[in-house]
Amino acid sequence: MNYSMSPPQASNFAAPHDWVFYILLALTIVFTLIVGVAVVIFAARYRAGTKVNRARPVHEHMTLELTWTIIPLILGLFMFVAGAKLFVYMRTPPKDAMNIFVVGKQWMWHAQHENGIRENNTIHVPVGKPVRLTMISQDVIHAMYIPAFRVQYHVVPGRYTQLWFTATKVGTYHMFCAMYCGNQHSEMGGYVYVMEPGEYAKWVAAGGEDVPRLTMAQEGARQWNKLGCGNGNCHNEADTARGPSLFGLLGKTRTFADGSSAKADEAYIRESILQPYNHITKGYDNTMPAYEGQLSEEDVLALIAYIRSLGGAGTPQTNINAQKGTEPSGGYERPNRNMSVGAVEGQLPSRPGPRTGNLSVGAQSMQGQANHE
Amino acid sequence: MSHVVQTANGADHVHAEQPNYLEAGHTVKSWLLTGDHKRIAVLYLISTSIFFFVGSILAGLIRLELTSPAGVLLENETYNKVFSAHGIVMIFFFLIPAVPAVLGNFILPIMIGARDLAFPRLNLASWYVYMIAGLLAIAGLLMGGVDTGWTFYTPYSSLYSNSQVTLVILAAFLAGFSSIMTAVNFIATIHKMRAPGMTWFRLPLFVWSTYATSVIVVLGTPVVAITLCLVMLERVWRIGIFSPELGGDPVLFQHLFWFYSHPAVYIMILPAFGVISELFQAFTRKRVFGYHFVAFSSIAIAALGFIVWGHHMFISSQSMYQGMVFSLVSFLVAVPSAIKVFNWTATMYKGHVRMQTPFLYALGFIGLFTVGGLTGLFLACMGTDEYLTNSYFVVAHFHYVMVGGAIMGFLGGIHYWWPKMFGRMYPEFWGKLSAIAIFIGFNVTFLPQFIVGFLGMPRRYHYYYFAPEFQIYHVLSTAGATVLGFGFMLPAFYLLWSLKKGAKATANPWGAHGLEWQTASPPIVTNFVETPIVTDEVYDYTHVDEFEQQRATREMDSPGAPGLQTKEGEVIEEEVH
Repeated sequence: MNYSMSPPQASNFAAPHDWVFYILLALTIVFTLIVGVAVVIFAARYRAGTKVNRARPVHEHMTLELTWTIIPLILGLFMFVAGAKLFVYMRTPPKDAMNIFVVGKQWMWHAQHENGIRENNTIHVPVGKPVRLTMISQDVIHAMYIPAFRVQYHVVPGRYTQLWFTATKVGTYHMFCAMYCGNQHSEMGGYVYVMEPGEYAKWVAAGGEDVPRLTMAQEGARQWNKLGCGNGNCHNEADTARGPSLFGLLGKTRTFADGSSAKADEAYIRESILQPYNHITKGYDNTMPAYEGQLSEEDVLALIAYIRSLGGAGTPQTNINAQKGTEPSGGYERPNRNMSVGAVEGQLPSRPGPRTGNLSVGAQSMQGQANHE
Repeated sequence: MSHVVQTANGADHVHAEQPNYLEAGHTVKSWLLTGDHKRIAVLYLISTSIFFFVGSILAGLIRLELTSPAGVLLENETYNKVFSAHGIVMIFFFLIPAVPAVLGNFILPIMIGARDLAFPRLNLASWYVYMIAGLLAIAGLLMGGVDTGWTFYTPYSSLYSNSQVTLVILAAFLAGFSSIMTAVNFIATIHKMRAPGMTWFRLPLFVWSTYATSVIVVLGTPVVAITLCLVMLERVWRIGIFSPELGGDPVLFQHLFWFYSHPAVYIMILPAFGVISELFQAFTRKRVFGYHFVAFSSIAIAALGFIVWGHHMFISSQSMYQGMVFSLVSFLVAVPSAIKVFNWTATMYKGHVRMQTPFLYALGFIGLFTVGGLTGLFLACMGTDEYLTNSYFVVAHFHYVMVGGAIMGFLGGIHYWWPKMFGRMYPEFWGKLSAIAIFIGFNVTFLPQFIVGFLGMPRRYHYYYFAPEFQIYHVLSTAGATVLGFGFMLPAFYLLWSLKKGAKATANPWGAHGLEWQTASPPIVTNFVETPIVTDEVYDYTHVDEFEQQRATREMDSPGAPGLQTKEGEVIEEEVH
């Protein structure tokens, strides 16, 4: 896999920034080499015991001192001017910039567009148009950081700060919180989508949705597939040895292993998902895993809605593709925690990208991992 | 402590057979109630080493955790507490006290021909305050830890964090007073207790840099003490100072904090500069090139260091023009550091360079500090800082200066003065191995962090599963940290070993110049039998004779030998080979 040594360049600041950066890098390498080579040569040549000319050693030399004072000073002043000019450029948004308002809070980014579109942990912008972010924090200090654009600025409670950029390259880019802000600091991030103007206009027209919102039942189906509840596993259209059918469950009366019985309502389904061992359906063993603590209440509600949608026999809807779901609003989809070293390839969250056909998440280095549509 | 007349002719009837300071009492009480600067230095050496060990374990945990993008062992909360504890322990309880309180305490009075520091009991008190602070910090960590990072940024630290912020802030507050006590002591001692003939420009450069450090400590530390107090007030009694919800200003905290904490990095690095100057003169057997420039560059760094704090805040909503002033001064403060590096390098020219362990550390320092200093320019430069700040680039830069600079200097100094402190030589082979392992391990650990920072990985991130392109650099970095840890462990073993089994050191095992090498190893309680009178210039090797050159060569050829003997030493009997 190709590991990039430099971040993608995707804004008007990237090139001028990298210029200054590489000049500084060149200075660093040159001066380190000068010192390093001198140290090695002197250490070898003047090693104790070598027969070299050590006559008339010098201990003070004004011209030399001034040389290595003034040359670094001039270079330093030159770099100061270059850096300051770049910074002024970065801090001076053009008057016609498009406005986006950003609220940072523990631990998510909330963006509002002037046309009323709101989004969480994503920002969609058109390519080639100056964009100004006006930002404020709702709690502690955060920092908006978009590496591919070379922009970063603190997001402070109690005062507005701003940054601006003109995206120059269509793609999907990281957006991070760079200022330590507590527990989930590292997960307070998302993506900036840079879109062709036409695609962007379509996105605006669709009210800021990449794909239509899922119904609760569809969302439940997504969970159902993710957990592998059906599809020949445990709960199918007909009862199997592994589990009873859930088709048309709501309203039915269930008889349990201990002989008691109850009407299957929402509360019963919730309990059976989270703590299935409480009421084992007659004829089955206690084999179902308990999902207590693994599913949010929203997930459970969605699953119940899906089970309700199963209705009676013959209306399977289990083929809804999990890829079509919207993301939960909390930044990233968390991967399996026990991921081993090197196991991350392909772990990029399956987030729907902009429909441009030219998706490049983090540009070069990420090609092939993104979820092409 | 007995009264000693501080004149040249008044002290000559002090008894000739004085015990050395290690044998002047063997009870625990004789150590815990000592006023002897040398014993207090040893107490500091033990306690700072323990804190360094704790901080290193925490660093190891961080490195382990980051090998996998989704973490290995820790939860978010624990990870945040681990990196905070690593920073707090290393900075407040190791880096700030290490060189001044251990090496400075031990060697500074001897270097200037004094019998002790000006205020021995204040010196002992500073150790007790340091220990109380350290124990408070450890208690804070054990009672749940703190998750604010070592920078304690408000309003997170004052209103949002549910951890032991108050206790740990109190610990940092007290540790500050400990360093103030030491600094006041040094300033008074350097001004008032120099031996006859020890003029300001005969002072060894270690004394100059310690003096500059002490001035920074005395001027800067009270500010951070007050600032941390204010955080406690807001946290405990909700007095609105920094939090906008209570009518405060969160950015004010950053100004106050960095007003101390930027000079604090000079508090950590300047004493190491002093050590490096000493190592260069001793192992090139030559006066440090441009002595006056090196001495005054320390003062220049101390002075300019106070007006650069805003370069931590270019993107924190500080005014753009204010930022420009800070950026300009930050470029200026780079110049005195450059002057030092060039002068040290030039010292080797026409010298008699001996590649012994302390000098290997010094050369390692030159390499690492040069990279650390130059990468600082990226962060002084506003246009690039705006991108690189808060990223791993900053982490790498900071560690190059603090580990590559301050800790290499500290270890070089420990290896240089160890024979003086304990009267024993350590095995040269293992010493060199440790210096090389640390140099290599360090570079493998932190060079990849420059790259991952340039790629845009923010610091203080626990997870990066959403950006797996960062992983290779973290794996490399952890591999390097393993070598680095090995390098740090070596001295712990062979130095302890040398205390009992090491060859006995002579008074001047390196053949170096300076008052500390004219007294016994280990020194007697009063340092000198009689107060020395200084008649030769600083680092005066002009009378190095042919005999000593031969001894130097011999030492090079048989590294196991216990170093050089004194000027009045024996004749070489036979060829070694």
